[in-house]
Amino acid sequence: MADKDQLIIESGEAAQPFKYAVGMPGSKFFAETRDNKRLMGEKCPKCGRVYVPPRGICGKCYVKMDEWVEVGPLGVIGTFTILRFAFIDPETGHQKPVPYGYGFIKLDGADTLYQHYINIEDESKIKIGARVEPVWAENRKGTTRDIEYFRVID
Amino acid sequence: MDRAAIIGVGMTKIEANKSRETFADMAWEAVNKALDDAGMTIADIDNVVTTSSDFWDGRTISCMAVGDASGAADKNISCIEGDGTYGAFYGYMRALSGSYKTTLVTGHSKGSQGVSSLLTNAAFDPIYERGLGMDMISACAMQANAYMNKTGVTPEQAALVSVKNHGNALKNPVAQLPMKISVGDVMKSEMIADPLRKLDCSPISDGCCAVVIAHEAVAEKFKKRPIWVRGLAFRTDAFFFGDRDLARSNALAAAAQDAYKMAGITDPKKEIDLIELYDAFTYQELLWLEEMGFAEYGKATELLAQGQFDIDGALPVNASGGLMAGHPVIAAGLYRIAEIVLQLRGEAGAHQVKKAKTGLAHGVNGLCGQSHCVWILDQER
Amino acid sequence: MAKRVAIVGTGQTFHKSHRPDVNGQEIINEAVQRALADADLKIKDIDAIVIGNMDHFEGINYVDCWSVDGSGGVMKPVIKITTGGTTGASLAIGGNHMVGSGMFEKVLVIGWEKNSESDTTGAITTAFDPIWDRQVFAGAISGLAAEAQGYMARYGASDRDGARVSVRDRKHAMNNPHAQLRKEVTLEEVLASPMLADPIHLLDVCPRTDGACAVIMASEDVAEKICPKPDWIWKTAARHSYAYLGDADYGRLVSMERCAKEIFQKVGIKEPRKEIDVIEMYQPYSFAGLIWIEDMGIVGPGEAPGYIWDGNTDMGGELPVNPSGGVISCNPIGATGLIRCAEAAMQVMGKAEGRQVPDVNFAVSTGFGGCWWTDMLLHGKKKPN
Repeated sequence: MADKDQLIIESGEAAQPFKYAVGMPGSKFFAETRDNKRLMGEKCPKCGRVYVPPRGICGKCYVKMDEWVEVGPLGVIGTFTILRFAFIDPETGHQKPVPYGYGFIKLDGADTLYQHYINIEDESKIKIGARVEPVWAENRKGTTRDIEYFRVID
Repeated sequence: MDRAAIIGVGMTKIEANKSRETFADMAWEAVNKALDDAGMTIADIDNVVTTSSDFWDGRTISCMAVGDASGAADKNISCIEGDGTYGAFYGYMRALSGSYKTTLVTGHSKGSQGVSSLLTNAAFDPIYERGLGMDMISACAMQANAYMNKTGVTPEQAALVSVKNHGNALKNPVAQLPMKISVGDVMKSEMIADPLRKLDCSPISDGCCAVVIAHEAVAEKFKKRPIWVRGLAFRTDAFFFGDRDLARSNALAAAAQDAYKMAGITDPKKEIDLIELYDAFTYQELLWLEEMGFAEYGKATELLAQGQFDIDGALPVNASGGLMAGHPVIAAGLYRIAEIVLQLRGEAGAHQVKKAKTGLAHGVNGLCGQSHCVWILDQER
Repeated sequence: MAKRVAIVGTGQTFHKSHRPDVNGQEIINEAVQRALADADLKIKDIDAIVIGNMDHFEGINYVDCWSVDGSGGVMKPVIKITTGGTTGASLAIGGNHMVGSGMFEKVLVIGWEKNSESDTTGAITTAFDPIWDRQVFAGAISGLAAEAQGYMARYGASDRDGARVSVRDRKHAMNNPHAQLRKEVTLEEVLASPMLADPIHLLDVCPRTDGACAVIMASEDVAEKICPKPDWIWKTAARHSYAYLGDADYGRLVSMERCAKEIFQKVGIKEPRKEIDVIEMYQPYSFAGLIWIEDMGIVGPGEAPGYIWDGNTDMGGELPVNPSGGVISCNPIGATGLIRCAEAAMQVMGKAEGRQVPDVNFAVSTGFGGCWWTDMLLHGKKKPN
């Protein structure tokens, strides 16, 4: 290997700004969380599966969905982990505060899992199948952060 | 070798900003149009190739966004990154591989979501070039100068490409920028990077295109007359501009020769009836035509001025309006293939050309035409 | 007519956590030169190149175009496949179809990554939906931990079972000079290593790696002339099914099950456990070594821990898994799936040296990535029918 002292390896940082389309189903979902603190899913007319997040199309049946059904707001933990290692959050460029609870929530009435934070004040309660409820943000802007986190209800 | 044909095409309208639509929404529309066109259902498709770019989509694993919407939920699938002509090339090879018979190929892009100059700056070498602030437009301006210096072609002469293609777009319902303009309008438009003015440059666009490629064993079982793939090839030149002759495109000349050889074409000028090519900038239409053998080097402008490349000319070029009229990066080459298919079927509507038995579609990858893909399509097997 | 396809040569770098001494083109070239030497071919003999990586790990747009000086692609047909973690295996499948179509006789397949050039967790997090997934997702480990939790809750497996897989792969890596991490560990050391995301400990997961792999595929018209003992590609399959992370069944890898069923059914393999001789699995963390061999159909649901504790997947066992030391020992992501393919090919060709499994008739290699995606190849000693 070459003498490391002679290596110049810095190319400098690079960043790419983006703005993403939320789409019409997503727009409706977030309007509901923002305005009505309601969680909505889309139901496939063919197989009946209820999808959260909504996405307009049932991939399995390959048909368009336009029936909306209310789901949750209560649910159970489908699966989870507790993130304990430090990492840089690419959404902010800063280190993400750890530990935090990372959960896939099976909302009542939905067939898919909805990803969100789980409050881990009492880690002993964090189990697959544990009943949870959303804690709504005071100031809701129509994003995933309209829910602050889910917490286990006894 | 076995043969394959294109049996279905679907295009979304090309627009500056499809702000209501996600990548998946665009794919759903294009794929369903292609399936309807072919008279197929998704069950008739046995494998899928999506074409996308992690950079242009602002997402690692960009293909993840469109798999379900492309009907790939339980099908064999892969993803090409690069122009849609390359995605279709892979789809074609899969249809002939013995593993599959019907490949659905999609290409999508939303130029509206990122910053084009930064995205193309990231295509330059990170150590030697990026810091200079290069992007696609400044690089192609250098190529335009190199080409004009060597050939004597003037910006006014090249501007006629913009006039023709924006004019053709008036007859194409999926085009983004139909415009009746004059050479004077092009020459009065804002100077972006000498010698390229705003109307020499293709726009930033959103769009998705889908095609269905079928093995000869099944190609005639569906609704539409198959358009046969007679020849196709791609080649990649050196990366650094200093390692290439920027005033020429050796990769395109070689790719075209490979495709002609496969198709058994000895005189492309006589045997090819129309062309859809990758005119990201006005000078490129001239240079690409010359490298493919449709005019002597530096002389395409004369044929252009004579009207030979018009919709009703001897060799219509970009009857659809080409990239000048809409440039969804990644999808753009696939739109060229779809347009040739419509022409060879006689279904191009207002921009239909008269004689359309054999057509050429062309796509580009990388900076200043580093890599080219050439397709020869034919009404007959 | 479609052509049968064989692997006639492979090459890899000596994978390391950081290779500041080479740029991307140079690391690619190391693997290409070794593959050409292994196949006794020159770059002029290559008809086309298919290359892949994950763009945001190096931050280079149009990598296929940028890297031609390293890949040997100047004035050749060069095409890029990128499917995330599955990229390396998708490349192998791509090379197979390129040759199989009859368009190209000899294809050079290249996968590479310099993970040291970016923040890996950040780049993986941006793989997921910007609106729905990115806020809480924390790179590969968070999703994998959720899978392990689902499996443990369903079948009563423990973190000791996972650790046993890590002990196995890290021991196997001792036989592979190309592996990045070559240090044996004990069960206790795995369990005592820092908890990253419950139940995954540091020693349960793969590292970040700089490395490249190249594989040369040839048509049946020339394969046996070039190579006395080629590795025939019998079948391939890929499933990239989910669009959102929450669509998956946490605790089962459905894509693996679908790929295995498709391939084994088409080839007529009825008892994979007996008919397959070695598996090189893209297994980014230890628990996958349990869950995914069940989904592949090697053992039934919940049976993997017992099967593995009995030593069946160790070197010398009934069905050795990851003789190379696997992904836990080395993970240059865009190359990783192709390394599995190359290692499986070496086993079939009898070129695996210190990690050779005796008398390999059939080998399986896999790729994993995306949103619970699988790519799979079946390799064989005999020419397919």
